[in-house]
Amino acid sequence: MTSGLRSAFNFGLLGGVVAWHACLVGMVESFSERRLIGETVELSYVWLVGIVLLIGYLKARNVQAPGIAVFHSIVSGATIGAALTLLALLTSVFNLRDIFPFASPRLVELLTLERGIADALGLLFPILGGAVLGAAAGGLALAPPIWRRTITVALLVTVLIGLLRDIFAAIVPRDVVSLIFTSRGLLPMGALVVFVVSGALTWLIGTFGLPGISTDASSASRSVATPWKYAYLGFGVLFLLTFPLWGKLFLSNVANFIGLYIIMALGLSLVIGFAGMLDLGFVAFFAIGAYTMAILTSPKIGTFTLTFWQALPFSMLFAFLSGVVLGLPVLRMRGDYLAIATLGFGEIIRILALSNFLKPYMGGAQGITSVARPEIAGFVISKPEPFYYIVLIGCVVAWFVAARLKHSRLGRAWMAIREDEDVAQAMGINRVETKLLAFAIGAILGGMSGAFFAGLVGSVVPKSFELLVSINVLAVIIVGGMGSLPGVLVGALVLVGLPELLREFAEYRMLVYGAVLVVMMLFRPEGLWPEAVRKRELHKDETSAPQRVTTSVTASTTPSVKD
Amino acid sequence: MRRLGLRIDFSQLIVWIIGLLLLALVVIGTISTLQTGKYSAQQWRDFVVFGIAQGSIYALIALGYTMVYGVLGLINFAHGEVFMSGAFTGFFLANALAENGMIDSNPILSLIAVILLSAAVSTGVALALERIAYRRLRRAPRLVALITAIGASFFLQYTFRGLYGSGVKVYPTVEILQGSVFGIQKTMIVVFIGAISMLILLYLFIQNTKMGKAIRAVSEDVETAALMGVDVNRTISATFAVGGVMAGVAGVLYAIIFKQVNFFMGFIPGIKAFTAAVLGGIGNIPGAAMGGLVLGIFESVGPSLFLEGLGIPAAYQLKDVIAFLMLVLILIFRPTGILGERLATKRV
Repeated sequence: MTSGLRSAFNFGLLGGVVAWHACLVGMVESFSERRLIGETVELSYVWLVGIVLLIGYLKARNVQAPGIAVFHSIVSGATIGAALTLLALLTSVFNLRDIFPFASPRLVELLTLERGIADALGLLFPILGGAVLGAAAGGLALAPPIWRRTITVALLVTVLIGLLRDIFAAIVPRDVVSLIFTSRGLLPMGALVVFVVSGALTWLIGTFGLPGISTDASSASRSVATPWKYAYLGFGVLFLLTFPLWGKLFLSNVANFIGLYIIMALGLSLVIGFAGMLDLGFVAFFAIGAYTMAILTSPKIGTFTLTFWQALPFSMLFAFLSGVVLGLPVLRMRGDYLAIATLGFGEIIRILALSNFLKPYMGGAQGITSVARPEIAGFVISKPEPFYYIVLIGCVVAWFVAARLKHSRLGRAWMAIREDEDVAQAMGINRVETKLLAFAIGAILGGMSGAFFAGLVGSVVPKSFELLVSINVLAVIIVGGMGSLPGVLVGALVLVGLPELLREFAEYRMLVYGAVLVVMMLFRPEGLWPEAVRKRELHKDETSAPQRVTTSVTASTTPSVKD
Repeated sequence: MRRLGLRIDFSQLIVWIIGLLLLALVVIGTISTLQTGKYSAQQWRDFVVFGIAQGSIYALIALGYTMVYGVLGLINFAHGEVFMSGAFTGFFLANALAENGMIDSNPILSLIAVILLSAAVSTGVALALERIAYRRLRRAPRLVALITAIGASFFLQYTFRGLYGSGVKVYPTVEILQGSVFGIQKTMIVVFIGAISMLILLYLFIQNTKMGKAIRAVSEDVETAALMGVDVNRTISATFAVGGVMAGVAGVLYAIIFKQVNFFMGFIPGIKAFTAAVLGGIGNIPGAAMGGLVLGIFESVGPSLFLEGLGIPAAYQLKDVIAFLMLVLILIFRPTGILGERLATKRV
């Protein structure tokens, strides 16, 4: 019992550390002006509430007996609250602002519900709030799965819609917007409606299943009845084809960036996911594609003035060649050395593009402007809305290439190499040639994405090709699931789409990416939408523990870079 | 060719040709630079001195990479951020000391205080990193651990950016460190002496203490060490702690030379220090020290010596290219480093 309580306290401390972190890096204060529901529910609180709910939930799942579980969640929640009270006290007693800019009076106001530390109620507020939320999370953890899912989804959808208010306002007629939104967030009534509707939908789907899809729990072999399959497919195609018409400028722009990342991520997926080589310099190929496009088409450089379509094959060709040239030397290295060497290559390309040395050819720090826009039948495509279709076609092509390669002879050779290079070689697979092909085909897709990027933006600057791009693409693949193609879509939507939509988070994007990479690797290395095979492998040894949240990783089953 | 009994691996051939071409370029560049006589002997000496000072900082950081690699077989990608966290935090103490005049009235004591704080913060970060991110993944595939390390690196960078702000902070100048002795800047001398004494301390620690012996034992063979009664968890933590101390000291030394710190400062020195570790042979402690010095000197002398001779304008912009190119070339041609690896099992 006491050890149980201690564990609840430890969970609370962990949550407290996370909450302190969130407060001190400014994730709470920066969002305090952002209203989510009505005039009272602010985004800053939602963040802290989320931490408490998550910790309380995890704690309750960790305990077997129901009554004790809720009690423990309350203890954990109150501990987090106490940590926040302590932070408020420290912040207002000592002047920490010189060192921590976000340990400000505003933070104290937020934490004490605008009452200040002189008011006992203000000081108690985080603790009480934490306890109540802990109880709620504990209750949620004990609820039957269908209700748990319903409430979780409904909560998430409500928060998301509240966050995306501006985007809905842009694409939905004004009368409808004013029904559920205020000028800054959701109306209280609107929030309720959204909550109830999304909850009801989730409950219905969870209980009866989508029409035509059997609710067989083993999602790997989901069978879809044929007419419904066509209906869903048709709906999906219609959605994608009409997107710019109702998505307008802003959403088309976001979709284009998601698309470019999908193309890149599919390319990198061949290298990391299929062949198991960690390439941290993938941005090099993106840069080579973009610069080739710019150099060949821009009149500013002036040596060549091809059109977009004439230059596109060259972009891909140069990316391919550079893939071969960069690939040849590094392919013999062991896995982790390969990662660092490719990272070095990526940086070399960027520094060269930035240097005065190559300025006459690559534009130096100012980059190259007036890159040619694609032109179809005399119609110049320079706006994001029509460009969307080009990116869409690019995605489809990239998807087709990756999906067809995956189960081809070459794809199976890649996976054999990923699992065990020596055995693969013994089976007659040419190691160098196979790895080189993965590298080079991945590079083609990267180059294509880069060429589109240059055509879309109309200029290239070295700043667009920093290491962060490589890390973003890597995160997309990891979050989606290594080697999983649908995972790439999920990863790109979550990691590229959401931050573009939620511009307030831009500041914290890399912070969240880093945390996501670590947490994913620790708890769910197979990704959000894993390959069926890999999921089975990873969960082989947990036959009867569906209650556990964590996943054990065994050394033999995750894709690995062999020594 | 095959008829002649020669088996030439085509890709290997291309790699060697590229290597020879680069070597030829370096030689041509060097000769033509020396012929023009653009730089005086005094200038060359300054380049070398700066290279040694910079290289000794790389050496200190490289120790963290090399020791952790020896023990865990993991590239601790976030080690650059361990270095950054100490230097960044040390700034606030240095600034406070400068404001109340301590730094001028009692410079050595304040320097030691800043170094102690910086080393403490770096050590804390390194230990937390090991405990939270890496401990669970010891048996996981290398790719998983490496991705975790990359994630941790970005998380730390942007955490510090959030905590302390994204601006560049300028370390206060210390009066007695201004000027030069025998034509060599005092700061360079201080940095070099600081780094060398840390290296000697580390060497004594590794060779003569019980924990040092345990670290050596674990890098040799984890299982056997555990059977012999070595507490593996504690030893690995100690390895990270030692790496953290070195990185923390390196952070302050870096601030003495370059005067400014920001949240992104750990990234490039981190990769260069890794290069230094590979250069000397990863897992090899004297190798890391030597690799750091060699890299530092190459980077400082290289742009003027090799590149300007080739007629490249603003060659100093390309000094990072030299470092990264060296990294790639070593990994290709001599992945075991100059002094050879000290790893129990060869991992090629």
